[in-house]
Amino acid sequence: MKHLIQAIAVAFSMALLAGNGHAIDLTIVSWGGAYTASQQKAYHNPYMAENPGVRIINDDSGAEGLAKVRAQVESGNVTWDIVDMVAADAITACDEGLIEEIDPDSWLAPAPDGTPASEDFFTGTLTPGGTNCFIPQIVYSTTFGYRTDAFQGRQPSTIMDVFDPKTFPGKRALQKAPINNLEWALIADGVPGDEVYEVLSTPEGVDRAFAKLDTIKDHVIWWSEGAQPPQLLADGEVVIASAYNGRLFSAIAEKNQPIAMLWDWQAFDLDGWVVPKGVKDLKAVKAYMRFATDTQRLADQAKYISYGPARYSSAPLVGKHAELGIDMKPHMPTDAKNSKTVLRFDYVWWADYRAELDERFNAWLAK
Amino acid sequence: MTPGSVEVIRTADGMPLGLSLQRTLLRSRLRALLLVIPLLAFLTVTFVLPILDMLYRSVDNRIVASVLPHTTVAIQAWDSKSTELPDEPVFEALVMDIQAAYEQKTLGRVGRRLNYEKPGMSSLFRKTGRQAKRITEAPFKEQLLGVDKRWHDTSVWQLIHRESGALTGSYFLASSDLRLDDQGEIALQPEPRRIYVSLFYRTLWMSLLITVLCLILGYPVSYLLASLPARTSNLLMILVLLPFWTSLLVRTTSWIALLQTQGVLNDLLVFVGLISDDARLQMMYNKIGTIVAMTHILLPFMILPLYSVMKTIPTSYMQAARSLGASPLTAFVRVYMPNTVPGIGAGCILVFILAIGYYITPALVGGRTGTFVSNFIAVHISETLNWGLAAALGVILLALVLVLYLIYDKIVGVSNMKLG
Amino acid sequence: MALPIYYSPFEKGWHYTYRVICAAILVFLVAPIFVIVPLSFNALPYFTFSPEMLSLDPAGYSTQWYREFFTEESWQHAVRNSFVIAIFATLISTLLGTLAALGLSRSQMPFKAAFMALLISPMIVPLIISAAGMYFFYTRIGIASTHLGVILAHAALGTPFVVITVTATLTNFDHSLTRAAASLGASPTETFFKVTVPLILPGVVSGALFAFITSFDEVVVVLFVGSVEQRTIPWKMFSGIREEIRPTILAVATLLVCVSILLLTVLELLRRRNERLHGPASS
Repeated sequence: MKHLIQAIAVAFSMALLAGNGHAIDLTIVSWGGAYTASQQKAYHNPYMAENPGVRIINDDSGAEGLAKVRAQVESGNVTWDIVDMVAADAITACDEGLIEEIDPDSWLAPAPDGTPASEDFFTGTLTPGGTNCFIPQIVYSTTFGYRTDAFQGRQPSTIMDVFDPKTFPGKRALQKAPINNLEWALIADGVPGDEVYEVLSTPEGVDRAFAKLDTIKDHVIWWSEGAQPPQLLADGEVVIASAYNGRLFSAIAEKNQPIAMLWDWQAFDLDGWVVPKGVKDLKAVKAYMRFATDTQRLADQAKYISYGPARYSSAPLVGKHAELGIDMKPHMPTDAKNSKTVLRFDYVWWADYRAELDERFNAWLAK
Repeated sequence: MTPGSVEVIRTADGMPLGLSLQRTLLRSRLRALLLVIPLLAFLTVTFVLPILDMLYRSVDNRIVASVLPHTTVAIQAWDSKSTELPDEPVFEALVMDIQAAYEQKTLGRVGRRLNYEKPGMSSLFRKTGRQAKRITEAPFKEQLLGVDKRWHDTSVWQLIHRESGALTGSYFLASSDLRLDDQGEIALQPEPRRIYVSLFYRTLWMSLLITVLCLILGYPVSYLLASLPARTSNLLMILVLLPFWTSLLVRTTSWIALLQTQGVLNDLLVFVGLISDDARLQMMYNKIGTIVAMTHILLPFMILPLYSVMKTIPTSYMQAARSLGASPLTAFVRVYMPNTVPGIGAGCILVFILAIGYYITPALVGGRTGTFVSNFIAVHISETLNWGLAAALGVILLALVLVLYLIYDKIVGVSNMKLG
Repeated sequence: MALPIYYSPFEKGWHYTYRVICAAILVFLVAPIFVIVPLSFNALPYFTFSPEMLSLDPAGYSTQWYREFFTEESWQHAVRNSFVIAIFATLISTLLGTLAALGLSRSQMPFKAAFMALLISPMIVPLIISAAGMYFFYTRIGIASTHLGVILAHAALGTPFVVITVTATLTNFDHSLTRAAASLGASPTETFFKVTVPLILPGVVSGALFAFITSFDEVVVVLFVGSVEQRTIPWKMFSGIREEIRPTILAVATLLVCVSILLLTVLELLRRRNERLHGPASS
């Protein structure tokens, strides 16, 4: 019965969308906006040029990635082929058996000098939280941007300034989630960066973080999609915003908005590919994956967006922006000048406390 | 009465008339039913089953027993009130289960399920899963206790004991800001985690406020429409129907354009000089945004039923009251308004029902303080992935709506519902 | 309407105040919808009137957002999807809804009230609950992320409107007409198509329009049940508002207002036709 329904559904969709003579459709789920555009130019277009039988369909529902992968895998109807996930979600998905396990050296291309993939990706990034389902593409950071025309005199330069609405008046935009915000609140309150998770593990530490957030609560607009904070900055709705560094880059460099970066205690994280378990055509997926994560492709993506490629061998190939011709290195979160203070996101800690702190965060927000 | 003394009236083909009529009635009932059945079957598959299926998730607890099949059986022998840890067989069962689940990659699911009840369970199961494959022979208890000190904690075992059944009430407890404490007693959530009671309360009072605003704005307009001659009122009616027929997203977009800090209304206020440029009003991403936009969106749903009731009230009622010496106000309040009560009831319940289930508008303009239960259901489905909690919130919301719907049915009758 | 001569000055004053209040409320209803029309011709990518626009300088206006809408493939894809999904959903809900209404309006229909309450419920159940249920269930039976799935979901949401409007037409329906047709020798099929259908047609058409607009405007269910291949205009607008607010959305909104004006006109013509046939009816 189920197969019959599926057959009808497929036939129906084919009839509606007749005329697509592609042998293989790959549905790739990512985050939309400037980010998907960079993947389109660096990975999808060259791959489709080399493989005319393949059509890549972009699905921008990355924000619901984990939820939809789980719904699909649990019901045995997998319609997605490849999903772009942050490492924390990939850990959860892998632990729950929702995504394919990956053998790096058989799946992925070695570096040009022959170094196997398992050694060429940044150490530990193929196995976040001890899992083995994740193929990292980029190192990105969640950091701050501010409007350069908002303040006279001194410009904000530290995380303390974000939490100081007296000296730096105006609305802030922060992500509508406890992650990063609690850590930043503690650091702004004087906790050393490497003790943050230790402090957060105690009830008093959580109280302290929320108390610090309380001090700016009335000045915050909360965002939930990556594209929002640059937009809020550009529209003048806020003066400081936490955002993904690549989105800020495209607002600053490509759209010439009066925005500057504030890198202090930027939060490093990984983003990469996962493959839902039970995917229709694993062979086609692997072929794409081998191509899209090779040294050159990862370096190419950095031509379009300022995220750092996750391979050692890609780093020297990072050059200039493809259209603007500006040097990309100083815009990378990993650049020495930008990464003086870095918050390293603790996946395992968050896996334990996420549910509880989400609830507390939402309760706090609603008050 | 003796048999045969009653003449049985028969139809032309010799069948008793009563029976024949009964059959005809039965046949026409069947025919009526046959016309309804296709839609009924269609809605059952596309609408009713999906909802029942989701509602079941609010109590579904099969995951624990299916991933830990031996443990959930063995632990029944343990007295969950005791301060002692369970015996060796329970530990052995758990090690077996964890090893199997780790192989099949299902251990994370049970870790996540139990983590809702007790933070830390997720990492406890992950860590144990990785190390349990080394435990191959007795004594299991000693070795498992060596893997992580949390296995010494009886509350962990009480939790497994408690959640070993196929059904659970914990999602409903959570959606009422309650929880089971380590002794298995129902207790309030700690203060910072209490959210859902106040969320329901907020959804209700904001919906009520929106309903009242709709009534206040809708009543005069409906009265005007009902008292004007048909030609004029039909023209004005178009002004009510246009928003009714305009896409919800278009209207929400309009309100964003109007209410933004850099939006049309703020620009206007600055231009007129009522506020200064750096003190622009925050009218969006809060309660005000949701209330204003939703009042606008739901207003036609108030006007239409009010209007259709008012149109049936003869003007002679008011004239009679006036000629008997009532002041205009008295005539209106004592004579006219009581006649409009059915319209008020229909409009208010309809608007209220639609309001408490709203999702799109609060999601776009509600910000932090102007969101509804629906928005939290969406968050739990697609962000936190706590589907059981989403379903439990859904059950409560649906129950509220259905009760109101039944009241509406009693007052107005669903079949009297009018559109446009 | 002339004021009655016996009105006191206070009453006269109140009469005009009252009219002003009503006018203000009607402006509140309609103005927000029309505010977006000029904004959609903004030359700058903002949601507000620029100084150039206010001084009616042609340089402040531009049709670029309309160009973007008509040339960008993802918007055109959304337009096609919206129409395909809405048309098929309308066909299904109109067919099933009309049949059910015919059954429900028969006096012999058992459990009429209960059936009616059940059949109307898709209109009453909060959309997020329907959408979530369909999301899980349709994924399980393999029709999530397909056009079929979205069409079936929208058809379910549209049926109550058809049932309501057709039932309303049938309450004024004179059953002696069908009996007369039958007694004059018409077969049941003939009676149905030559007598019943023409009489209930206005109800069916306005029900179909409601079903169409329900599907055409719907976003919550598409967000959950559909995927990128099924994205519709409201989906694009919703994600546009959440992500990058561009005046393209205002251009689309303006076009949608035109669509609703068109639909409203059709309905108004139907109502007038109905009035001519039956005299001023109650609905």
